[in-house]
Amino acid sequence: MNLFETVRFAVRGVAANKLRSGLTVLGMLIGVAAVILLVAVGNGSAKQVQDRIARLGSSTLTISSGGRTTGNTTQNFSLTEALVPALQDKTMAPHVTTVSPVVTTSQDTAFEGTSHTVGQFIGTYPSYLSAENYTVAKGAAFSQQDNTDGRKVVLIGSTTADDLFGDVDPIDQQITVNGTLFTVIGVLGNKDGTGFTDPNDVAIAPLTSVEQSLTGYGPLQQLIVQATSSNDVDAAQNEVTAVLNDKLHVTNTANEPFRVLNAAQLLSTQADTAKTFTVLLGTVAGISLLVGGIGITNIMMVTVTERTREIGIRKALGAPRRTVLAQFLVEATVLSVIGGLLGVIAALIGSQFTIVGVKPVVVPASIILAVGVSVVIGLFFGSYPASRAAALRPIEALRYE
Amino acid sequence: MIPEELPENHPVLDVRDVVKTYGAGETAVHALRGVSLTVQRGDYVAVMGASGSGKSTLMNILGCLDIPSAGRYLLDGVDVSRLTDRQLALVRNRRIGFVFQSFNLIPRTTALANVELPLAYAGLKGAERRRRARAALALVGLADRAHHEPNKLSGGQQQRVAVARALVTAPALVLADEPTGNLDTQSTADVLSVLDRLNRSGRTIVLITHEPDVAEHARRLIRLVDGRIVQDVRQAPLPAPRHLVETVS
Repeated sequence: MNLFETVRFAVRGVAANKLRSGLTVLGMLIGVAAVILLVAVGNGSAKQVQDRIARLGSSTLTISSGGRTTGNTTQNFSLTEALVPALQDKTMAPHVTTVSPVVTTSQDTAFEGTSHTVGQFIGTYPSYLSAENYTVAKGAAFSQQDNTDGRKVVLIGSTTADDLFGDVDPIDQQITVNGTLFTVIGVLGNKDGTGFTDPNDVAIAPLTSVEQSLTGYGPLQQLIVQATSSNDVDAAQNEVTAVLNDKLHVTNTANEPFRVLNAAQLLSTQADTAKTFTVLLGTVAGISLLVGGIGITNIMMVTVTERTREIGIRKALGAPRRTVLAQFLVEATVLSVIGGLLGVIAALIGSQFTIVGVKPVVVPASIILAVGVSVVIGLFFGSYPASRAAALRPIEALRYE
Repeated sequence: MIPEELPENHPVLDVRDVVKTYGAGETAVHALRGVSLTVQRGDYVAVMGASGSGKSTLMNILGCLDIPSAGRYLLDGVDVSRLTDRQLALVRNRRIGFVFQSFNLIPRTTALANVELPLAYAGLKGAERRRRARAALALVGLADRAHHEPNKLSGGQQQRVAVARALVTAPALVLADEPTGNLDTQSTADVLSVLDRLNRSGRTIVLITHEPDVAEHARRLIRLVDGRIVQDVRQAPLPAPRHLVETVS
């Protein structure tokens, strides 16, 4: 009995009871398809998160001050605009392209009787726009000269523009912000948000004008540092930390009075979350694959019992133990492999559709894994019924009715 | 192991004081209480006996389907009572052809494939296997039914397929366990004529039956009562050794 012969016998055995074989195959199909598809969904959502973070700008660092308790005295190292030239120094910090100081405040704005509270009224340098991936949809951005001159110009987000102006073109209109008039020179392009705040409810104005008329010359909330590229973020972070430690005279580097947040760190956290998600989905799908495998055991047990007499005949005709074992093992494997292959096809079809807002991205390894696992499942879950069939004594098997 | 070429002087069957007991202690059933029997090549033996006389047990032991509790059993000069599972499978495949009362064809499998089965287990290639299986089917007069499945055949035809399957490997011994028990008169005649023809061409046949007119076809009649041979009558002479020709090979 060669392998081909054994497979032919097995296929005939599978085909002998089409409904039952079909249902078993369905169990495997669902298991394999679930594994591939759910892993694809997990992978797809991970990709989505990564894309979103990449759009946010993965090459930026956010420096924020944190009043830390050092020893007995609480010392507040505040961030000032004076730090900017040091951070932009090409020799001290070669991986830094731009540094944008940021003050943020919430302000009531008004235009011709319409009022609107802007969640984030930001005073900064024009470089902030590129660092934070803002685009100007209409009008133009302000320049560094505008900042130096302290000109009262403002860029507003689309939500702010809609609320304040409605159908009126906001460009060159004047809005009142806390009693000061600002001229709208541009409207920002729409931006996707990841947090709870609407990223389009925003107003961005030159730092000097905001400090002058709204916040006063206090400490900055943040310094946004843009690295030369997303690969240089770590280097930039080290340089920035060193410069700040030097400028702020920090002696205890283990307890720095400022925090440097890295978008890459955020990205890796998100990627970890997505990975956990994928593993979780994969596990759930794996359980359904296991259930499919148990279904195969069940069907093979029934088959063995039902065909006890046939096994007896085969043994009486001189079928050796291993031939009977091989026949039932191959039969179980044929069932699981057919189920596995159909499952792959079903998963590939299913992955063409968007599932709960996620476009599944099929991981090729998961296909190989699922098919491989389905073969192993056939062998593993088929081995018990097969060995039972092989161990039957011919005389008892022949007597079985 | 089983020698491929066997000396002519060995009896096909040499059963020496075989005992078979089922269970143990007070509930023990003594199916065979010491049976000794020698069957020469080319003989045609009918074993008769009431139910419970141990004839089926003897049959199972002769067919290497069951192991005797005590005693020796030599098939073609080989002591098969101590063979391993694997060796027993080989013996069943090469040396013995079975014909059962209930035909025992594999369902949903054509007559040809059923007859091919022992050859497949013997490891023969497809083309050679089909050639031999067709020849065996022709011998039992069913060449035109080769592609019919068992449920499309009459009882007599099924049993003749079973006979073809039993002789396709050219075994030393054909064992028939009440082969006509489930058949009508015409089919019985058909099957018996096939067996007679097989014996005339040199096959050794041991047949179990409880019908006297079936037993009449045999050259030798053995009666079993309560696990012992009580009668051993020769009804026709053994054929001369020159008749030993392979019919299907």
